[in-house]
Amino acid sequence: MTAALLEVRGLKTHFPTSSGIARAVDGVSFTLERGEVLGLVGESGSGKSVTGFSLIGLVDEPGRIVDGEIRFEGRDLVGQPTKELRRIRGRDIAMVFQDPMMTLNPVLSIATQMHLALEAHEKIGKEEARQRSIEALARVGIPSPEGRIDSFPHQFSGGMRQRVAIAIALLHRPKLIIADEPTTALDVSIQAQILAEMKALVKEFGMAMIWISHDLATVSSIADRIAVMYAGRIVEAGPVGQVLRSPRHPYTQGLLDSLPTRTSPGEELAQIPGTTPSLINLPSGCAFAPRCARANAECAVIPEEVYEDARRFRCHHPLPERSTP
Amino acid sequence: MLGFIIQRLWQAVIVILAMSVLVFCGVYAVGNPIDVLISPDATQEIREQVIAQYGLDLPLWQQYFGFFQRMLHGDFGESFVYNMPVTTLILSRLPATFELVLFAVVGASVIGIPLGMYAGYKPESRTAKLIMGLSILGFSVPSFWIGLVLIMTFAVQLGWLPAGGRGETAELFGVDWSFLTLDGLKHMVLPAINLALFKLAMMIRLARAGTREIMLTDTIKFARAAGLSERTVLIRHVLRLIAIPLVTIFGLELGSTLAFAVVTETIFSWPGLGKLIIDSITSLDRPVMVAYLMMVALLFVVINFCVDLAYALLDPRLRRARA
Ligand SMILES: Nc1ncnc2c1ncn2[C@@H]1O[C@H](COP(=O)(O)OP(=O)(O)O)[C@@H](O)[C@H]1O
Ligand SMILES: [Mg+2]
Repeated sequence: MTAALLEVRGLKTHFPTSSGIARAVDGVSFTLERGEVLGLVGESGSGKSVTGFSLIGLVDEPGRIVDGEIRFEGRDLVGQPTKELRRIRGRDIAMVFQDPMMTLNPVLSIATQMHLALEAHEKIGKEEARQRSIEALARVGIPSPEGRIDSFPHQFSGGMRQRVAIAIALLHRPKLIIADEPTTALDVSIQAQILAEMKALVKEFGMAMIWISHDLATVSSIADRIAVMYAGRIVEAGPVGQVLRSPRHPYTQGLLDSLPTRTSPGEELAQIPGTTPSLINLPSGCAFAPRCARANAECAVIPEEVYEDARRFRCHHPLPERSTP
Repeated sequence: MLGFIIQRLWQAVIVILAMSVLVFCGVYAVGNPIDVLISPDATQEIREQVIAQYGLDLPLWQQYFGFFQRMLHGDFGESFVYNMPVTTLILSRLPATFELVLFAVVGASVIGIPLGMYAGYKPESRTAKLIMGLSILGFSVPSFWIGLVLIMTFAVQLGWLPAGGRGETAELFGVDWSFLTLDGLKHMVLPAINLALFKLAMMIRLARAGTREIMLTDTIKFARAAGLSERTVLIRHVLRLIAIPLVTIFGLELGSTLAFAVVTETIFSWPGLGKLIIDSITSLDRPVMVAYLMMVALLFVVINFCVDLAYALLDPRLRRARA
């Protein structure tokens, strides 16, 4: 049996702050096969981005991976020297961020930024770098890239900038791309385009992808499997169809209920009561209990993970499985 | 770009015009040069002859127009004290100040920017704290005192370096320079350090603040996520992003130090412009004061123009706005 592309086990990334330790990621495990798309969803502040950054060893100071394994092609990345991680970043695992206005360097031309990204992993001349960059820009749907490669970021629209960022991320044909809410900052119509293009590119390259989003709707259209995160933990995971059709964790159900498509027009959107908890001094039990209608005294203890076929969840009082209609 | 240059040229003309009026009137109001020019026991006849010779009996506006016309031809009259054309006098002193200041400001930047960037890159490290301690010292200790300490230590006690003067010079483009000879360089070291310390502290602070801020941005995270080395991130990304404030301060410091290196030049008896202007103020040598102040105005106009051009080179977002 060959190892999965990525296997994360018990990952914990904590931030010591003046008011206590923020357990941004607190025991996350998941597996990703080659070419598979995993959707990582959860409200903002649930630790999705920190999970992504942990994978490439770019957790902000003073945050630190305190426990767990990140096996990429069988090799544990946790504790690898910076030099090793740098070799993997951009070449094997690439990442795209949320706000394309902030990610590209405003004072360097697109050509320069792409050249730097290429040079980071291979010896390459200016002309060849330019050719490769133009091809990469064409692939992500930038019209007449020969003419635009010498432009600067401010000369592109938000959607085009995000395409440039994606082109940079794909320069080395990585095996895994982490897309951290890449469409959240864009107009709705552009969101759909980028989503469709990413889907096609992932297929074309045979890349695996972790698609991070707070929006279940976009995740459901792109992911093979889905992992729902709450307060630093994955509370439910499984094939996207099964999880969305019959969520077992009340939090997943809550997210589904708050989707506009689920309610008929005019009806008020259901909202999960309460707010996301502070990750400092979390209660010892299930973090969702204070907001959960099904919670009782039992929930003061962290529920064990329950496995059912390809699915798993952490809940003392799971919703009953809905049979396919 | 052409439009921008024309616009700046217009502004320059207006600034120079305004300065010429201000300077002329300001200097006119200071003392009576006749008292300096003629010994108190000269006859009334000689007095009037001298007054007429310098045109000091004409109304102010006529004097100004005469001055302005001559200025356009680069003629600022003759120094009352040195009895030579002011332009020649200033040009003979300018190279000494110019080379000293250029060494000091460029040196401060070349050393200060990397130190500041390091301090901003690893703010918690011991080295960073040491660098910041040094920069506080550079800010708070008065320049004349540092100058004296430098002389006491390196010239008097250790005898390594000369205490003053320009030393041996060599000619280039028909001008004498100290930096072309070893002896001249030795003479330049202490005054250049003295001038540079404050600027060094400033460059360190500026580079550190900029680097700290930029390091936290998504731009840097994205560059790192692409696998760029820390070195490349710092040199290709961070340095470019913090360049604008650095260039601004570089230009301002270059201008103001060229104009006002008085203290250092006095302590190290460096025969530059600073000494000349102080002498001309005490002796009420009006043509020298006027020419000097006009030169300073022109200097700042030119430096500002260069800094603006540098902005456009450094930040593409400014190019379009000005095109
Ligand atoms: N640089 C940091 N310093 C301190 N705490 C942080 C930092 N980055 C993230 N965190 C903590 O991690 C939590 C999760 O952040 P994040 O992963 O960005 O959430 P999201 O799911 O919205 O991507 C935050 O709520 C915060 O408590
Ligand atoms: Mg996030």
